[in-house]
Amino acid sequence: MFVYCDNAATTPLCKQALEAMMPWLETGYGNASSIYKLAREAKRALEDARRTAADCLGVAAEELYFTSGGTESDNWALKGACELGGDARRHIVISAVEHHAVVNTAEYLQKKGYSLSEAPVNASGTVKPDALRSVLRPGTAIVSVISANNEIGTVQPIAELARTVKEFDKEILFHTDAVQAAGHIPLDVTPDVDMFSLSAHKFGGPKGFGALYIKSGVKLPPLLHGGGHERGRRSSTENVAGAAGLAAALEYMTGNREAFAEKAAALRDKLIGGILAAVPYCRVTGHRERRLPGTASFIFAAVEGESLVLQLDTMGVAGSSGSACASASLDPSHVLLAIGLPHEVAHGSLRLTVSHANTDKEMDHVIQSVKTAVERCRSMSPLWNAAESCPVEGFLRFYE
Amino acid sequence: MYSERVMDHFNNPRNMGEVENYNAKGTVGNAKCGDIMQITMKIEDETIQDVKFKTFGCGAAVATSSIATEMVMGKPVEEALRLTNSAVVEALEGLPPVKIHCSVLAEEAIKAAIEDYRSRAPG
Ligand code: FES
Repeated sequence: MFVYCDNAATTPLCKQALEAMMPWLETGYGNASSIYKLAREAKRALEDARRTAADCLGVAAEELYFTSGGTESDNWALKGACELGGDARRHIVISAVEHHAVVNTAEYLQKKGYSLSEAPVNASGTVKPDALRSVLRPGTAIVSVISANNEIGTVQPIAELARTVKEFDKEILFHTDAVQAAGHIPLDVTPDVDMFSLSAHKFGGPKGFGALYIKSGVKLPPLLHGGGHERGRRSSTENVAGAAGLAAALEYMTGNREAFAEKAAALRDKLIGGILAAVPYCRVTGHRERRLPGTASFIFAAVEGESLVLQLDTMGVAGSSGSACASASLDPSHVLLAIGLPHEVAHGSLRLTVSHANTDKEMDHVIQSVKTAVERCRSMSPLWNAAESCPVEGFLRFYE
Repeated sequence: MYSERVMDHFNNPRNMGEVENYNAKGTVGNAKCGDIMQITMKIEDETIQDVKFKTFGCGAAVATSSIATEMVMGKPVEEALRLTNSAVVEALEGLPPVKIHCSVLAEEAIKAAIEDYRSRAPG
């Protein structure tokens, strides 16, 4: 049995998206910016896709710009906002639980001379309005807070946070990385939100395609210069198939959102309950209620996450970990540290992200596999006291 | 990203656990990512009669500890001291660059265990 539990990393392309994309890959290959019929048809498909996607998101089609994905959208929002801010606004605020696409862009800008502040989170990974307000300054150019975290699934009170920012200074731009949220939960697109990023492959669309919403009136300068596509704001020959795939996937997810979310949440809760009952010295990370429907995240004492993921792989379960050993930089996840876990505890993290396409029976297999995998890792671990079936001293308090 | 050799040692670790009545024990930690490796040995007549490992770390760390125990099992202490991390990496048919530091731990743990033995031995 193979059970895919890494939907936060990527999702399989849904049938609706594939079908919507095929014509533009096969016969409808025209360049949407050319003027003959073949091209005009492609252009029409592109604009149809934009309208469909905008309707699903509750925004105007003219406010939606297609990009190569979440990373580009985040880069564009932050770099563009800083450029727009000019000399008067050279301060950036991000939350402590942003995706690397935001963190590393903000740190790049910091190296270029901008100052950077981080809004802290509480133990559930939530940014409180007061905490955000305390790091705002008169010269803040942009505030970026992730809609729902990719590691622990905590959903932020975006409307409230955006309002807090605008009450402080309505010229500050508010951006949210909605990559994990879009298609899965309703987005808080209030007038206080100036920009949000999304990525098609996180909700059944194709990889390498996404969008940035830019509220009308926000004069964000382009990131990519060239032939003047996307009304002069994002040059690059239009990816018509990508747009068609994004729109079809988003329409499918939005149309079934409640049913899908309910199903995913039921599976997630079964997974959480089953694992907590089967494995001692284990804890759930992230907010108990305000979390993405499909995200179950844990820490296991005396276990290293990369080993755990490899063990699960041998049992046919695909998951992921925020352990230092599992990251290319050998740093533990900044998200797990931000919610107050020490490095050695963050080591034992496991993220399982399910979708409506998973089944009850699969969850039984996953629970059993996690139990076995954790036992195997612990039997090898010098931090596990086998005789007394508990972690060696110094670790216990995090699991009580 | 891991070679088949690495996955074999990860999935079927050799000499995992703790040697009963060991007279040599080395525990070393890695500042890079925080992994911990423990080697226990039974040394008699300057020869490693038995050796076992326990590792808290990634797949590469588990595989390097496993293969390192195989490489020193039954060997004279002097020879075991000459084990290098590059020999361990080679025996595993390579490791991703980011994982080389994990193999250093195996070499260090073996040396620490032998040092421990020497500090216990009378004279
Ligand atoms: S033990 Fe941490 S990367 Fe190998």
